[in-house]
Amino acid sequence: MTALPPEPKVKLGLVIDLDTCVGCHACVIACKGWNTQGTNAPLSDQDPYGDASGTFLNRIHSFQVTPERPGGAAGLPQTVHFPKSCLHCDDAPCVTVCPTGASFKRAEDGIVLVNENDCMGCGLCAWACPYGAREVDEAAGIMKKCTLCVDRIHDETRPEEERQPACVRTCPAGARHFGDVADPDSAVSRLVAERGGVDLMPEQGTRPVNKYLPPRVKDTLQGADIAGEEDVLAPFLAPVTEEPGGFLGWLDRALDRL
Amino acid sequence: MTRQDPIPPSFDEVRKTTCYQCACRCGIDVHMKNGRAAYIEGNRDHPVNRGVLCAKGAAGIMTHNSPARLRAPMKRTGPRGSGQFEEITWDEALDLAVSWLGPIRDAAPEKLAFFTGRDQSQSFTSWWAQAFGTPNYAAHGGFCSVNMAAAGIYTMGGAFWEFGQPDWERTKLFLLFGVAEDHDSNPIKMGLGRLKERGARVVGINPIRSGYNAVADDWFGITPGTDGLLILSLVHCLMKAGKIDLAYLRDFTDAPVLIDARPGPGQGLALRDDDGHALVWCRDQQKPRCFDAHDVDPDLAGTWEVGDVTHRTVFAHMIDKYLDPAYAPEAVAERTGISAPRIRALAAEIARVAFEEEITLQREWTDFRGRRHATMTGRPVSFHAMRGISAHANGFQTCRALHMLQILLGAVETPGGFRFKPPYPKPATAHPKPHCKVTPGAPLDGPHLGFVHGPDDLCLNVDGTPARIDKAFTWENPMSAHGLMHMVVSNAHAGDPYEIDTLFFYMANMAWNSSMNTTGTMAMLADTKPDGSYVIPHIIYSDAYSSEMVAFADLILPDTTYLERHDCISLLDRPISEAEAAADAIRWPVVAPDRDVQSFQTTLIQLGARLGLPGFLRDDGAPRYSDYADYMVNHERRPGIGPLMGWRGDGEETGRGAPNSAQIDRYIENGGFCTAHIPEDAQFMKPWNMAYQDWAVELGLYDRPTPYLLTLWCEPLRRFQLAAEGHGTRQPPDHLRDRIRATFDPLPIWWDASEAHTAGGFDITALTQRPAAMYHSWGGQNAWLRQIHGYNPLYLPTALWERHGFAEDDWARVTSPHGEITVPVAHMPALNANTVWTWNAVGKRRGAWALRDDAPESNEGFLVNHLIHELLPPKGDGMRWSNSDPITGQAAWFDLKVRIERVAPPKDGRSRPAPAAQATPVGTGPRLLRWKVT
Repeated sequence: MTALPPEPKVKLGLVIDLDTCVGCHACVIACKGWNTQGTNAPLSDQDPYGDASGTFLNRIHSFQVTPERPGGAAGLPQTVHFPKSCLHCDDAPCVTVCPTGASFKRAEDGIVLVNENDCMGCGLCAWACPYGAREVDEAAGIMKKCTLCVDRIHDETRPEEERQPACVRTCPAGARHFGDVADPDSAVSRLVAERGGVDLMPEQGTRPVNKYLPPRVKDTLQGADIAGEEDVLAPFLAPVTEEPGGFLGWLDRALDRL
Repeated sequence: MTRQDPIPPSFDEVRKTTCYQCACRCGIDVHMKNGRAAYIEGNRDHPVNRGVLCAKGAAGIMTHNSPARLRAPMKRTGPRGSGQFEEITWDEALDLAVSWLGPIRDAAPEKLAFFTGRDQSQSFTSWWAQAFGTPNYAAHGGFCSVNMAAAGIYTMGGAFWEFGQPDWERTKLFLLFGVAEDHDSNPIKMGLGRLKERGARVVGINPIRSGYNAVADDWFGITPGTDGLLILSLVHCLMKAGKIDLAYLRDFTDAPVLIDARPGPGQGLALRDDDGHALVWCRDQQKPRCFDAHDVDPDLAGTWEVGDVTHRTVFAHMIDKYLDPAYAPEAVAERTGISAPRIRALAAEIARVAFEEEITLQREWTDFRGRRHATMTGRPVSFHAMRGISAHANGFQTCRALHMLQILLGAVETPGGFRFKPPYPKPATAHPKPHCKVTPGAPLDGPHLGFVHGPDDLCLNVDGTPARIDKAFTWENPMSAHGLMHMVVSNAHAGDPYEIDTLFFYMANMAWNSSMNTTGTMAMLADTKPDGSYVIPHIIYSDAYSSEMVAFADLILPDTTYLERHDCISLLDRPISEAEAAADAIRWPVVAPDRDVQSFQTTLIQLGARLGLPGFLRDDGAPRYSDYADYMVNHERRPGIGPLMGWRGDGEETGRGAPNSAQIDRYIENGGFCTAHIPEDAQFMKPWNMAYQDWAVELGLYDRPTPYLLTLWCEPLRRFQLAAEGHGTRQPPDHLRDRIRATFDPLPIWWDASEAHTAGGFDITALTQRPAAMYHSWGGQNAWLRQIHGYNPLYLPTALWERHGFAEDDWARVTSPHGEITVPVAHMPALNANTVWTWNAVGKRRGAWALRDDAPESNEGFLVNHLIHELLPPKGDGMRWSNSDPITGQAAWFDLKVRIERVAPPKDGRSRPAPAAQATPVGTGPRLLRWKVT
């Protein structure tokens, strides 16, 4: 079994905005493209032109949810797109379960990685991870996971603005944010504070570094009869006249005022 | 254990070109290793995508490496549709093409029908077709979104997507109507992200709550095909409450223009002075005056009484029409599926944002009447729509209604609203008209496509028969600005209006997902006469990949991948401009093809030279252009104006200037694109802003300033109505008179287009959507993308799911008046209660795209195209009515109505119909992929 380091002072991770993610999969493919081309073994695809199943470090799940309105009535159903990759947990069970030491958490920035040369592909880490964030690469016979693009974010030959994970750089809607979650003054920490960012499945006790920003309340444009309260928008539609044919009179007066 | 920190991968260089994984045309950084393309990410400096890139773009590397790439020119050896070919040389291929095309050109050029699909070189392909002399040319707009494009140009002088965009940085309320995930791809996602960042409200009006609608703050799950009715109800509410921008309507639109009230051939047209200027009633001088006079004070409420006739303004006609209680929310709620309180809430929110949160920029400007304005004021409400509201038979008027709403709010070309992108604004009157005069051995008399303004502009022969094979610009669909590609195969097969000899398609999968009635289309392409010869004698096709269409061609001219070619994304057709800059771009071969293929445009240049087409030869008879790159640099459409605007003349000139042999190198140095920024005082109010007009002339977009009024009252529509009422010498056939009278209203109207489809209990709407991560059938060969969208169940709303007792893994038989399919189903609550849908173009024919027989796309996967016919169900009147918009001919894909029933899953697990396999001319892809360039 493998030990975790003392709690890192820097915790690099992702903050993912579920109110903004349109489920376009740009992050999924940017991740696949970068990580097939890195120095690790490429992310293999089995039967890629038939009934394909390949290795991805980042996937998007889509859910149908029907929230309750205040008062308990059913709201309008919603689709929620949920990108999921390794959350780089402080108490990472995938690390402590690893029999070879291949899985480890970096003391300097909290990133959880796999030493591919030491991995024997036993799959215990995938079993231990409550998030299903680990995948076996069947061609390489080893376990794969999000590296937070450690080969981009610390590459000093890259311009500073390019030192971010491929998924963050590519996200067209800007739903993915990268930074130090342990620094309360970082942009990502401020975002988490402002938007009520949450841990995924906190009851699992894994203390994930990645955070999710929940979707904002939706479908508030309902009109008076459903909202059950004063229709604050109604005055904006007050007719200019109730007189039959009175509209032209209003128009004439309005034009005079212009 | 020793820690093995990953080492950053090394690349030899980055080559910057333009993506072609969809029509969005983002800038990409192609990372090269040992001469091969290894990794693609977005170009940070590019005006379209500013660094980001979608799934399709990032997966471009897998499309470039696809096993379905064609390898060499091919000649058919088996029967049409079999997929049996032999490879031939380019010389043989070009000789064969010329042996068919040469005699046609000499005798009857119209016997060539040349239609291009996802063509991004239309200014070139149309120029080739014009030189050939056939009237039968168009791209795919007629079956895509011509309603949106044409309604925009006829109404505002520009359209959404390529020709305009919301003011993403300032808008405070954004309404997205209908399926629009694909055009614009990244810019809309970036824009939504900006809105979310600023807390602006996003409203989705769409039967399906997926994609962009999933993040919408408010979702209106509208009944398909009723968007126009909802919009007119919003207009009703806003007008009634006076929440319209009267000053804007007075100064910049035709709302104050006087409409002729005298019975006769001019009734319902604008009154004009002797020079053709529209007249308005001057409130100050109390007389009719020219609309653009320096000191005119147009009166929206003005009337001009002449004898016993009272001429009234466009606006007065709008009051009559839209204050009618028929448009009250209570009157439209049931039909639209949106409750009256929600319609009012939406209208009220529009009113609140438009008039309580107006934006004023301190920018001085001068309008076309010569008046100085100290500020620019806008109503920060913006809109976008594309195919969703477009692909209905009532789509043109629906799109017009949406633009009317924008105009009433004063939200076109004002801060926070909709903004044009150069070369737009450009009114319909500044566009060419369609041309169709054929002369054997000579070019056509002008451009094929354009904007008609009345019956005189139709493409009819002297005897009144259609001049074009697709019957574009005829009484059946007079304003068909993009042609009707979806009617070409069916008309060519029927010999109606005449027989053709050669069907020439580029990049259009007409034997599969790009046709209505797919089964019938395949049969028509392969149909023979009693003597065994084919009904359509010759078919030439160009594509880079082994699509379903390849099997139906006699001759294949293989194209390159997008990383292997030159292209120009040109201001002459569909550039990449933004609201604050004109911009164009190139593609260039970042890798050389490793197959015996060449870009289709180079092939056309060679064919043009071999056929001796004007413009393709020098005076000495030698080819004028060596390849497409040579054309891009040296072709001049007008003196000094070429396909590319950047680095002309001595290399310092933009827009106008002589050809510059170093031009492409300069584009490459600049990242593959060129931008020309619009001065700050010219960035809004462009149609009326003299600073913009002068800038556009300087750049070469116009040859003289072309200010105009936004057009609420569409006179071309009224001219067709007048003809239908019996005025004029060019008269519609009697069976079309009623329809033209009813639907060609000069003001936007709504009618129920579904009525033609519902008889027989077909009362459920069936739709398709294009996934954000897949573009047409092209994505299906992509090893990464097909793992995201390899399955396409039919999604059912809760009401239908429960009514029919469906459970997970169930199948359904779906029947339309035209056909039936048997498909897997899935439950989706966030869906209009009477609508079913699936992803577009995921289903594949076995043998195509180098896919293996266990690919889900050719097992469970399916198309709904089998359910849609290019003609409406028979009405019992003996006529055949096209399943298209009666104004533009836009294919009415989304008027499809079906019945549904639960059935046992097919034993073989395959959806129905399951056409037999085609032979694959390229083999199939490998069983294992470990993609890595070393």
